[in-house]
Amino acid sequence: MADVMQEPLSEELSKMTVGTPTVIVDDLHIVYKVYGAASKSKGNAANALGRIVRRQGRPEMKEVHAVRGVSFVANHGEAIGIIGRNGSGKSTLLRAIAGLLPAHKGAVYTNGQPSLLGVNAALMKELTGERNIVLGCYAMGMSPAETREKYDEIVDFSGIGDFIQFPMSTYSSGMGARLRFAISSAKTHDVLLIDEALATGDREFKKKSKDRIMQMRESAGTVFLVAHNLDVIEETCNRVIWLHKGKIKMIGDPQEVLEAYNRV
Amino acid sequence: MSQPESAVADAQAGGPAQESLAALAERYGLRRAIARPTLPAYLRQLWDRRHFIVTYATSKNVSNYSESALGQLWQVLTPLLNAAVYWLMFGVILAQSKSIENYPAFLITGVMVFTFTQRTVTGGAKSISGNLSLIRALHFPRATLPLAYAIQELQILGWSMGVLIVLVLITGEPISWLWLLIPVALIFQFVFNLGASLFMARIGAFVRDISQLLPFILRTWLYASGVFYMISDKTRGLPSALRWALEFNPAAAYIEFMRDLLIYQRFPERWAWVTCIFWAVFAAIGGFWYFWRAEERYGRG
Repeated sequence: MADVMQEPLSEELSKMTVGTPTVIVDDLHIVYKVYGAASKSKGNAANALGRIVRRQGRPEMKEVHAVRGVSFVANHGEAIGIIGRNGSGKSTLLRAIAGLLPAHKGAVYTNGQPSLLGVNAALMKELTGERNIVLGCYAMGMSPAETREKYDEIVDFSGIGDFIQFPMSTYSSGMGARLRFAISSAKTHDVLLIDEALATGDREFKKKSKDRIMQMRESAGTVFLVAHNLDVIEETCNRVIWLHKGKIKMIGDPQEVLEAYNRV
Repeated sequence: MSQPESAVADAQAGGPAQESLAALAERYGLRRAIARPTLPAYLRQLWDRRHFIVTYATSKNVSNYSESALGQLWQVLTPLLNAAVYWLMFGVILAQSKSIENYPAFLITGVMVFTFTQRTVTGGAKSISGNLSLIRALHFPRATLPLAYAIQELQILGWSMGVLIVLVLITGEPISWLWLLIPVALIFQFVFNLGASLFMARIGAFVRDISQLLPFILRTWLYASGVFYMISDKTRGLPSALRWALEFNPAAAYIEFMRDLLIYQRFPERWAWVTCIFWAVFAAIGGFWYFWRAEERYGRG
């Protein structure tokens, strides 16, 4: 399996103009606020007014310094894996590259619009699969014509058949994941950011989605991949960033970095 | 800590280690990932998203009612029940109705028109803070969300206007040519709502506690807007500045405008036109500008 995956990649890489930067991350810091869930107990207008007047946040509000001074340059034709423990800032870094989280300090420079592969938040489980396909495509910025063109392909790829006419709340978790992946991978991207939890579903669908990722890698200039599954990283990436507590612990060749990561 | 890594990265990029990353980015024409587009560019982006805005609004309406047994019938029942409660309170118990001719129609018109603005503003205040996962996952002009909420309310209004017209006919008012002006009145109000909801969306995104306070603010506004009483009756003895302020209230202006058309069969006075148009233009431009100014900061917390 690994051989099959690595052969086309190295060929592909040699054809591309490696060396032109597409994404530059310059001493990036990301800080965001987290609110406690206990909003019901705070439903007191006098308290709320007092906090607004004193310009205080909620008492249970916390600032999380998720990314602490990360710098690197990603080039055209690269596939960069990002690894690290839970909470090491992987997803936050990805969102910052996508331009979805503002930098607290430092900056992200990009060529074109990086897109995160993920449309889940726009979908509504009460609606039918059909409506969600249209909604999801529009949410990613596709036009009605593009959506019509891709519609059949999305249905076929998801492989959920007649269930497409039922609300998504009736789907099994595997079917939901398949439809979401089918929708979000329908668009082509300059810089593609793939967060983990994509390889859900049965084995056949896993293979299908891996092929699709490889396909998208070929059309995209640069790919970032976050995954806990280190095999996927080793098979698909030419460079790996190891994040630890919001800082880069190691960056470089996949085998070296993964070896060091596995030793810890 | 970051110094060695950036040196490594630079070396791999083939650039000189001394060159700053910002200079490198400039050399290759890379732009900051987060930069606020100019206002015209922003408007163009929004226009490109029109299909998403409408589909999102419709989908939310469908999904909101899909859990209840009566489904979308609630879009008609809710305004009816609201009007019934207020009629019981102000028409029967407090006997406001004695001094106002056709009080049920007067009251229902006020309630429906005010509810339109109230719901849009409430939705707008939550449109950013309640959709953080969407904002953190996809790239789109953020004004899309308050706009979608406003359109959603406009769709609901379609139902309540139908109910309102039937009720006004039942209470014995004749059909009039002036009713053709109703869409015009609703457009003014919709544009005002849009501006107010864009304004509240930014406030709601950064001042979380506003969602607790907003119901009180809106209820105060409701009582000040002449929904249950005739403003001109109550302001007769007041100093002229205060009277002017009460009558310049946008909600009161839109309510009076609609009552003129629906109940009194009279062409609204020039003063009413000026007030309604002024508020629509002022709110839309001000609200949009205010929202756009924080575009790159939505989603941070």
